[in-house]
Amino acid sequence: MLKMPEPDADVLARRKSIVADLRDIVPGEGVVDATNEMRAFETDALTAYRQMPLVVVLPETVEQVSRVLRYCHKNGIRVVPRGSGTSLSGGALPLADAVLLVMSRFNRVLDIDYANRAVVVQPGVTNLGITHAVQDEGFYYAPDPSSQIACSIGGNIAENSGGVHSLKYGLTTNNVLGLEVVLINGDIVRLGGKHLDSEGYDLLALMTGSEGLLGVVTEITVRILQKPETARAALIGFPTSETAGQCVADIIAAGIIPGGMEMMDRPAIHAAEDFVHADYPLDVEALLIVELDGPEAEVDFLLAEVEALALRNGATTIRVSKSEEERATFWAGRKAAFPSVGRISPDYLCMDGTIPRKELPRVLAGMRELSEIHGLRVANVFHAGDGNLHPLILYDANKPGELAAAEAFGADILRLCVKVGGVLTGEHGVGVEKRDLMPEMFNEIDLDQQMRVKCAFDEKHLLNPGKVFPQLRRCAELGRMHIHAGAMPFPDIPRF
Amino acid sequence: MMAAGQVTMTSGDPHLRPTTEDQVRDAVAWAAAEKTPLEIVGHGSKRAIGRPMQTAETLSLADLKDVTLYEPDELVLAAFAGTPLAELEALLAENNQRFEFEPMDYGPLLGEEPGRGTIGGMLAANLAGPRRLKAGAARDHVLGIRCVTGRGEIVKSGGRVVKNVTGYDLSKGLAGSWGTLAVLTEVTMKVLPRAQTEATLVLFGLTDSDATAAMSLAMGSSGEVASAAHLPESVKGRFIDGQLPRAATVLRLEGFGPSVDYRFERLAQLLAPFGPTERLDDALSRQLWQEVRDVKPFADGTMRPVWRVSVAPMEGHALVAALRLKAGIDAFYDWQGGLVWLRMEAGADAVGLRQAIRAVGGGHATLVRAAPELRRSVDVFEPQPGPLAALSARLKAEFDPIGILNPGRMAALKAPEPA
Repeated sequence: MLKMPEPDADVLARRKSIVADLRDIVPGEGVVDATNEMRAFETDALTAYRQMPLVVVLPETVEQVSRVLRYCHKNGIRVVPRGSGTSLSGGALPLADAVLLVMSRFNRVLDIDYANRAVVVQPGVTNLGITHAVQDEGFYYAPDPSSQIACSIGGNIAENSGGVHSLKYGLTTNNVLGLEVVLINGDIVRLGGKHLDSEGYDLLALMTGSEGLLGVVTEITVRILQKPETARAALIGFPTSETAGQCVADIIAAGIIPGGMEMMDRPAIHAAEDFVHADYPLDVEALLIVELDGPEAEVDFLLAEVEALALRNGATTIRVSKSEEERATFWAGRKAAFPSVGRISPDYLCMDGTIPRKELPRVLAGMRELSEIHGLRVANVFHAGDGNLHPLILYDANKPGELAAAEAFGADILRLCVKVGGVLTGEHGVGVEKRDLMPEMFNEIDLDQQMRVKCAFDEKHLLNPGKVFPQLRRCAELGRMHIHAGAMPFPDIPRF
Repeated sequence: MMAAGQVTMTSGDPHLRPTTEDQVRDAVAWAAAEKTPLEIVGHGSKRAIGRPMQTAETLSLADLKDVTLYEPDELVLAAFAGTPLAELEALLAENNQRFEFEPMDYGPLLGEEPGRGTIGGMLAANLAGPRRLKAGAARDHVLGIRCVTGRGEIVKSGGRVVKNVTGYDLSKGLAGSWGTLAVLTEVTMKVLPRAQTEATLVLFGLTDSDATAAMSLAMGSSGEVASAAHLPESVKGRFIDGQLPRAATVLRLEGFGPSVDYRFERLAQLLAPFGPTERLDDALSRQLWQEVRDVKPFADGTMRPVWRVSVAPMEGHALVAALRLKAGIDAFYDWQGGLVWLRMEAGADAVGLRQAIRAVGGGHATLVRAAPELRRSVDVFEPQPGPLAALSARLKAEFDPIGILNPGRMAALKAPEPA
């Protein structure tokens, strides 16, 4: 298990007065301190980790958020922000000495502006809630993480969430126009707006994917898009994952950017088929779902190209959706991949590495070896178009040592991803889960500079400590410079 | 190469021209130790943008150049910061690919040669073009960077893959920082297939207000319009060799041939209430959008002030109408009306312009062209409210604690306030 920061004994001792002070700021039901009521908040979707918070606060206004943060800043109290609690990396895992700031009451859509194709929402609105608000006019919000029914847009900002359509339509960071953010000192800043590019430093980019360590988002402006005229999917089976991988590469090389391009391996195909009966072929090693969207003429034209490329790569089955129902069926198995794996194993860990696409065969082979070494099974779903792997490691938490083995297996997979030129996390975030693996990707200087960004926002490390960074260093220490004055100035640098 | 001791450290020119990343680090570390402010340049093609600086030395990245990775099938390209953008675009074109965000060339507007600029400058200025509406800017396509901070340390961020949320996104964070946070040494970008063909639908004679409505209708359709601009009567003669007879509202469609034709017909039907449409085919369409991208009407060889104004797309025309009552201006619109290029006939009128922007709901203005004395006396970049300005200053200090990298280019020098 990971080590979290030592609770501040002084804060724990002051709990009663802290709760009373917070009640002054957020009256009514907005402060929860009873153990049985706080139980619902002790974990997020990384359920292997649990911790009761100091107290739960559910603010309703920006002023309340600002006052809570200013109070915590002044009194040296840690704060863990939380949206819907669907983080797969433990981003919202509470701390014993921290206020858990739950943003779920910020649940209103504030402004729908079709002419500018922008929607302004509060952070507790669900990802799918945005699409629901605009779909009558044919619009939608493009990033679509699998948890989109439940996950909040505020959490999407924190994690820079992706989804199956991010290959063509981008991640959260490419679809956000503006933010209102409360800093830990209580300052309220606005970044961007309905205009297309934000001014000054790209703080929108730093905030998006910052995992709740830089500030608390209280309002979000996103870009919406008109739904494509049509979408059709092809379901393609391959005898090997290598040939499926080559087909993906060929599709991209042909200049085709599908709306979605997903791959599943044999264990994932079988688990999904058993669960949702999507009529997937069971005699294949790899299954591709390639979805083309856009004007009908284009979709028909490109589907024919994709079919030709699939056949050239030895595809054994090809089915193209003829109706919306059939397209939905193709997707049903993929979208239910996690719960279907949940049916065949008491527990599973969902990993999230990204690799250069061409390395897929090598990484899958490596994973088979690791599976034997660690004695655990793995099923793979894969955002094939953008190289984002989701190996699901099957284990049983009730068997002694299996969680540790699963975590070690997962860490080895991520090391392999980094080794072939990839990264630790594509869309789930570092959180607590991958925190200690950060040195696999970054050296000390890289990590120190990231921490200095943190220092610009939160000098006392009060926001969400224990996440992302394996070791927190004091900002004063990070700010020091070691200067070697008088050294011979760059003898080797040309000057003309 | 010069031997140790031969270099005079006090003169502003000639430039320091490192050829390796380690040399960049050594140069910045030296500047930090000596508290010597550095002007950071690639080709210097955008040098005239920003507040004039007092720098003792110029650090040129022009000799740190080469493609370090290009895998067309993986849609990824990386190059050292000083690699000429024109060379990279040619390389991509050979492989039927491109930078989807269509980086503009400030050269003509600033009275410089066209076709200069480096990939480092492209990201530092967060360049974009008319495809911004659909494809974003440089910041939306950067995958990773290596840089040297003002502390004289080599730092990397991101990687070579599209989906990556490992740590803060410093790659995007350096986009649009104009060399004030760190010296970029290597940039890794996502690249995309070039569209097979393109066509532009033209509506003639619309008022600015009607044009805004037409562009909004088009962009809100499922026609996948890549660009939308309005070229009013006063500028129409300066595009495509004078072939636009009247004010033109232009909408670009790109993609596979049959798809473009199909969408063109649909769009023409949708926009029928705005009058008859005309079609510009591939070559002419490309020429037009390159001219829109590079602000051709105002590339007039003068130093008359030019503002780049970003507002909500529906508000651009209202802003221009309000400004016309107060000053002599010429204007045209890109980004569905959300990017307004403004040429002032006399003074910059920064205060009046920024008031007008606030009055239409906010946005920002950058004085991209003006004589140095004017750039010294007005805020070239949008001034920020107190807490945001303080945050920006703290961020700058965390990258460049001594303030040696392009000091004062974006914001006047002030000591950062504590958090």
